[in-house]
Amino acid sequence: MGLDIRTPIGMMFSVFGIILTVYGLVSDRAIYARSLGININLAWGLALLVFGALMLFFGLRRTLPRT
Amino acid sequence: MNLTAVDWLLMAVYFAFVLGIGAVLKRYVKTSSDFFLAGRSLPAWICGLAFLSANLGAQEVIGMAASGAKYGIATSHFYWIGAIPAMVFVGVFMMPFYYGSRARSVPEYLRLRFDEKTRAVNAVSFAVMTVFSSGISMYAMAKLIQVMHILDGPFAALGVSSAWTFHISILLSAVIVLGYILLGGLTSAIYNEVLQFFLIVAGFLPLVFLGLKNVGGWTGLKHDLPIAFTHSWRGMSSPHTNPFGVDAFGLVMGLGFVLSFGYWCTDFLVIQRAMAADSMGAARRTPLIAALPKMFFPFLVILPGIIAIALPTPVATATNVSTAGHMAALNESGKGLIPAKVDEVTGAAKVDANGKPVLDYDLAIPSMLIHYFPTGILGLGLTALLASFMSGMAGNVTAFNTVWTYDIYQSYLNPKAPDAHYLWMGRVATVFGIALSVAAAYAASRFNNIMDFLQLVFAFVNAPLFATFLLGMFWKRTTGHGAFFGLLSGTAAAAVHHGLTLPTGASPGIKGGWLGAIHLYPSEMAQNFWTAIWAWSICFLVTIIISLCTRARDEKDLVGLVYSLTQKPAEDDVAWYMRPMTLGAIVIAMAITLNLIFW
Repeated sequence: MGLDIRTPIGMMFSVFGIILTVYGLVSDRAIYARSLGININLAWGLALLVFGALMLFFGLRRTLPRT
Repeated sequence: MNLTAVDWLLMAVYFAFVLGIGAVLKRYVKTSSDFFLAGRSLPAWICGLAFLSANLGAQEVIGMAASGAKYGIATSHFYWIGAIPAMVFVGVFMMPFYYGSRARSVPEYLRLRFDEKTRAVNAVSFAVMTVFSSGISMYAMAKLIQVMHILDGPFAALGVSSAWTFHISILLSAVIVLGYILLGGLTSAIYNEVLQFFLIVAGFLPLVFLGLKNVGGWTGLKHDLPIAFTHSWRGMSSPHTNPFGVDAFGLVMGLGFVLSFGYWCTDFLVIQRAMAADSMGAARRTPLIAALPKMFFPFLVILPGIIAIALPTPVATATNVSTAGHMAALNESGKGLIPAKVDEVTGAAKVDANGKPVLDYDLAIPSMLIHYFPTGILGLGLTALLASFMSGMAGNVTAFNTVWTYDIYQSYLNPKAPDAHYLWMGRVATVFGIALSVAAAYAASRFNNIMDFLQLVFAFVNAPLFATFLLGMFWKRTTGHGAFFGLLSGTAAAAVHHGLTLPTGASPGIKGGWLGAIHLYPSEMAQNFWTAIWAWSICFLVTIIISLCTRARDEKDLVGLVYSLTQKPAEDDVAWYMRPMTLGAIVIAMAITLNLIFW
């Protein structure tokens, strides 16, 4: 199949990761009262960013020219 | 519920990817085999995650959390007893015949192994069932969007009455699922199921983490709850000492054998995912790879339910009533985070005969999301929830269009058309399959009883199925007449058993006893399990007896379809961890370990 599924998965989770991380950095601390004081947007956003980047790496590895 | 721009942005990104994947895949769909079987070209891990995800519909995420809140960790029996062994069996022992026979669907396997009439019964009942299941999924999703007031904000901004929520939700989900299946066929559905799998994990893992941290971990939960909630086998020796109202034998035979094997080993919805694999080895590994994450799903979907019931009941204050609507007000008459059911006429909490509020367990997951997630990640959690509904719907629709096109249309209505015509028919079937689902969703919203009745009929039809497949694959003497009449008598046996028994406290009718109750079961679940056990046993016996009385098929016609006449697939050419037998043994050992840990 021409489309490696890891590429769109990687892209989607990277976008999710970026949105949540940025929002975590700029949002008002008060909203984190319900998540036990943890800035869950920032923490989980970074985690998703790492996952997304890994998926992208494996998805694109075949198509990128070898050096 | 207060959603902000960032929540909507996350949701929009997801929908863009769902449709985008379909659009990219469109150019690879050239033949009917590409559309219905993904060209048999996918690697095992993709098929495996889709195998898991196709089943991960509304019933699973909402229902398992509800059951967790109601019964505790014993709900894990639906995984560790009611799924894992069957998934291993279908991968190791049955897939060689499904995949090896080159059948394009489960009914088509029945045609190859038995005869036309056995296939017809299975194809027609399956097609009707998938349309209704997808309709029920759609209905549940629209209902949830309504109850959680997800669309209230944007609707108010646009000046649309919130009375439209239900209709718009149905329409949107139908259009999106239709869009990506029409474009990319089964590949598109499978790719999106893989995406949904990761999304569900990404949305629910932080929820479990926050919930567990809040209650002081598993130790804290054990401390807060009655002992039966945190021990899965406690009181299983007698139906009167556990919340399910079943004994270990009924549980293992009814759920663990008849119902579970009947679903995982014969239901084309899941088998189709394995048939899309690129090789026999990959097809056999598909259910085994699915079993690995499957056995840890209780921690993702059951645990939030248990946490929801263990938390202190929130007190509705003036502020949260005004922001979260009357859901918060009703929390007060609930237990933990589980609100009471609302009487639709009076708007007050429903109470049972003893004056206790009736809890709406289905709201366990939604309440947990609202309780712990601030805006931002709340959008991710809701997207995960919506994704689970849509993967359930899409799974049913792709199974429906295949069975309709190959097993009904091509077999009985128009057998000699060129391949392009069947590809076209598959797309047409997708459109009317979804249209029928929408009709079913509206039927469900109007006539609750009709849906209960239909689900009962489906249960009767499904219960004996595994006996037919087991005999068909492993006993070469089984004949078409035997299989056909075995199936019919199994279904009849299920209906008769249901008509003669009743769960304690229920009145005769849809719950059973319509032929006069001669036996009372401690619970509805016990009755269901025993209905299945009876249906299976009668089908098994009748199939054997009639097979012995009818003429056996020529052995050369059964090569590749029956165990004793088929060469065992070689396993030596791949690494040890990729061999189905080895993988199966590892999966079973892990499932036993989990049972022991939560004993």
